Amino acid sequence: MSGTLHRLLRQRRARVAMALVALLCLAAALAPWLVPYEPTAQLDLVRGQYLAPSAEHPFGTDFYSRDLLSRVLYGARISLAIAVLSVVLSVTIGTAVGLTAGLAGGVVDAVLMRAIDAALAVPRVFLLLVVLVLWENVGVVGLIAILGLTSWFDASRIVRAEVLSLKTREFVVAARALGLGPPRLALRHLLPNLAAPIIVTATLGIGQIILTEAALSYLGLGVSPPTPSWGSIIAEGQQALAVAPWVAAFPGVAIVVTVVGFSLLGDGLRDAIDPRAR
Amino acid sequence: MARFITLRLVHAAGIVFLVATLTFFLVHLSPGDPFTTSSQGTLIPAEVVEQQRRNFGMDQPVYVQYLRYLGNIVRGDFGYSFREHRPAAQAIAERVPNTLLLAATALVITFGVGVLVGALQAAKEGSPLDDALSLLTLTLYSMPVFWLGVMLLLLFGVQLGWLPVGGVIDEAVHPFLSPLGRLTDRLAHLVLPALTLGLMGAAATARFQRAEMLEVIGQDFVRTARAKGLTPRGVFLRHALRNALLPAVTLFGLSFPLLLSGSVLVETVFAWPGMGKLAVDAIHGRDYAVVTAVAIIAAVMVVLGNLLADLLYRVVDPRTRSAR
Repeated sequence: MSGTLHRLLRQRRARVAMALVALLCLAAALAPWLVPYEPTAQLDLVRGQYLAPSAEHPFGTDFYSRDLLSRVLYGARISLAIAVLSVVLSVTIGTAVGLTAGLAGGVVDAVLMRAIDAALAVPRVFLLLVVLVLWENVGVVGLIAILGLTSWFDASRIVRAEVLSLKTREFVVAARALGLGPPRLALRHLLPNLAAPIIVTATLGIGQIILTEAALSYLGLGVSPPTPSWGSIIAEGQQALAVAPWVAAFPGVAIVVTVVGFSLLGDGLRDAIDPRAR
Repeated sequence: MARFITLRLVHAAGIVFLVATLTFFLVHLSPGDPFTTSSQGTLIPAEVVEQQRRNFGMDQPVYVQYLRYLGNIVRGDFGYSFREHRPAAQAIAERVPNTLLLAATALVITFGVGVLVGALQAAKEGSPLDDALSLLTLTLYSMPVFWLGVMLLLLFGVQLGWLPVGGVIDEAVHPFLSPLGRLTDRLAHLVLPALTLGLMGAAATARFQRAEMLEVIGQDFVRTARAKGLTPRGVFLRHALRNALLPAVTLFGLSFPLLLSGSVLVETVFAWPGMGKLAVDAIHGRDYAVVTAVAIIAAVMVVLGNLLADLLYRVVDPRTRSAR
């Protein structure tokens, strides 16, 4: 593990990515102490509408005279929290399904994989739209559940493929020959060897979920106002593009920086864990 | 070949069947039905609600409803849109051409620009140009497609005023334009949405194409071609690029879901009256016949896209023909 960390730190891109991600997580965690104003405070509805970026409001203000920097920082808190929790859920389900399919083989494997093929055939946004039209006003917890439950398919395929290749390795064959049952085999011998691909999948998954959550919030189906979310701030900003372009611009930059950070970190982790894969 | 196509068609039909089943059970697992209302529930007499449930077959056991639902889908009946007061299939059919026009134009940009940029990067590997383009494609790839749309809208629609900010035509003047004027009007409206969706895909294609080119360039037959004394240009175009284009065909199949998901957002940004915008509007009106129908139709399009990519692959790569 220390070898992996060492290899990770040797890549310049990965170092930049780690710094970015660390900074973002810190900003999200400390948002309540960092923000100059309350993110939902309407400061001055008469003279404070759509103020251009200035020393007092580095990102400007929006229609309700709310400080945009505060809203974007709180947005980081919401987006990252939703993304991390959804990814934990999706990776857990993906690992469980992938392990089951890979270990059981036969009919169980075939049924699970065909079901996943079908789920992957529906572009994710449409699947989310179906779920969201059926369960209205889901709230943040519901959103996490929905995002997690609709994004584990790729993870389960990756885990299954790993399990299939691990199954042919001597130590697994030996463990089976010794009479170990599937649950013990999975927990003791397979899971530790699956950690690396799972961590990479999770890191790359966070960026994807942030994009999906932003898209849903932009469509008015994700985090509901006045809670600040990057996607919904962009939607509000689009209404005033001619008057106050900064409202739509800044949250978008925040999303790009975050997703780039997690992508580079994920790529760096993959290279560090498996140096041959380059 | 016939055997291969039959097999793939059966497989495709199986996936569509599973998608339809998944959708049915999602609808049934959800709370309430079209006749459960929270706000006006008290205004409608219980007998009327019961009568309506019977009319729509909702008093039947689940398996009867399921079989009837499958039968209806096979016949192209996707239920009734309570919001549009007409069959959902009709409302969708009206919007499909707009989505296809947008997606097809975006597809051309995705592959045209993507393959070109990727090949250029591979030819100049390690140069400042390669680095700059890598950073650009990574940034585009990590960008929410709707935000890219909003920013292009801001620049070309609002600030520069070169292009219209939304819709398919300029409703006010379109009927009075000459045929050529009408065409220009349509094209002007298409530019920004298609560019948004296309650039998104082009970034992914370029990243893929660059990696693929570099892999092919490292192979023996390319070295042999060079050793024979062919010009670097000839080696690059005739040997490396041609072979590196093969996997792009796979990407063609994979880009369908991306294009359709993207179109939901791009159509919303630019008020483009396509399938995606219809689905989003339907959600706000709780019109779930339309939403589920759009999802199933999107799945059919994705499955057909993959089928097409598979067939195309066999045409362009003779090696795959003997394999099953």
